[in-house]
Amino acid sequence: MPLPLSIFILVSVIKSAIVLGVLLTAVAYTVWLERKVVGHMQNRWGPTRVGPFGLLQPAADGIKFLFKEDLTPPHVYKPLFIAAPMMALIFALTSISVIPFGNSFTFGPFSVPQFLPFHYEMPFHWGGAVIGPYSIPFQITDVNIGLLMILGVTSMGVYGVALAGWSSNNKYSLLGGLRASAQMVSYEIALGLSLVGVLIQSGSFSLRAIVDAQGGHFWGFIPRWNIFHWQFIGFFIYLMAAYAETNRIPFDLPEAETELVAGYHTEYSAMKFAMFFMAEYTNMITVGCVATLLFFGGWHGPLFGPPLVQALLPVFWFAAKIFCFLFLYIWVRGTLPRFRYDQLMSFGWKFLLPLAIANLVATAIFVAW
Amino acid sequence: MPQNYVPIFIFMAVIGVLLPLTLLAAKLVRPDNPSKTKLMPYECGIDPIDSARGRYTVRYYIVAILFVVFDVETIFLFPWAVKFKALGIFGLVEMMVFLVILIAGFVWVWAKGALEWV
Repeated sequence: MPLPLSIFILVSVIKSAIVLGVLLTAVAYTVWLERKVVGHMQNRWGPTRVGPFGLLQPAADGIKFLFKEDLTPPHVYKPLFIAAPMMALIFALTSISVIPFGNSFTFGPFSVPQFLPFHYEMPFHWGGAVIGPYSIPFQITDVNIGLLMILGVTSMGVYGVALAGWSSNNKYSLLGGLRASAQMVSYEIALGLSLVGVLIQSGSFSLRAIVDAQGGHFWGFIPRWNIFHWQFIGFFIYLMAAYAETNRIPFDLPEAETELVAGYHTEYSAMKFAMFFMAEYTNMITVGCVATLLFFGGWHGPLFGPPLVQALLPVFWFAAKIFCFLFLYIWVRGTLPRFRYDQLMSFGWKFLLPLAIANLVATAIFVAW
Repeated sequence: MPQNYVPIFIFMAVIGVLLPLTLLAAKLVRPDNPSKTKLMPYECGIDPIDSARGRYTVRYYIVAILFVVFDVETIFLFPWAVKFKALGIFGLVEMMVFLVILIAGFVWVWAKGALEWV
């Protein structure tokens, strides 16, 4: 039974608020996790002072960002200088709106009490009737081109970085912005091609359909996730391209502290800098979500316990898989050094791109045969 | 369904209101005392020699052009991949022909040295 329009919009607003709250908290604690894990990897403690285990550090950082002096130097192009961080963050956050976190949550049917008047949009005017069952997916909205939508919106993120680099009118920023845009567009091709194998196997752009196609097991115990279903190479191409897309080590040339100071956000301070920071971590989470959905079976996992636990376990499995990805990101950061720029470009164009085409051809022939 | 796209715009609107509000809130509480040195372009404390609006290497333009060509190809592959099982062997052969032409172009670009970063 579809929801009435007013309820539909209300539910969307509530879901947006919840997802935004959860997402920004996750972003803040990913920063905390990174500092803590990298700290331990380098034989340090990481944040310990604010709250137990430094757990209140994200809140302290947020307050500090708010109270810091925010310089807008006279040499910048002001409209774009202010718009760029907001663009980066808006596009980073928007892509989360089509990502499903779990199955749908069904409630009802209800019998409405006799005395309760209802809105005219309801299929009845007065109480006493039975309404529902309504089913609300764990997702802001379910569009049938979800994957295409994510690819499109995340590739808009390059505008935030490129415009920030250009509008700052600073040599470090310009170089960072140029590097970032060249790197992001180069790896986007390998990223797109690595997903074609999954699309051939599942035959849909809908993230929900792609996850549903990965249910069940091979020989009763290996989960039927795409990574075990011939997309092993595809996953690694995706992983490497995604690291480059999010400007993370070993592909963090745009920010390269040792040569470009901070790259495209050299001239930014306070809240505007925080926006770039949040955009980067949001992109990491989006990459984790997409990798989980496409290659690791989304919210599929063992289900047990009472009905309420069974309803919430898929969301838990989904979050657990994303956590593993974020941990991998941090682990890689603590382990690998940075590429040189010519190595980065030839890796993307001469290795990942041919490999992605080969993977796609192999998958196509295999599926057709 | 078209109405499924509405929540995306609602979500964008929520963010689009929230972010300028954050900047505005920060403006109310933060200190603001710029000085001449603070407002200089940051170049590690050295006085900047000239503007950053200079010329930069042509490689970036080449990468941008190559990106357009190959990204269009990727976009072309997506609908084919989704309908792959319906198209069958015909679709496979057609796309292989397309890919052969594309790979020929890729090899040419490579041989010409457009992928070298010097």
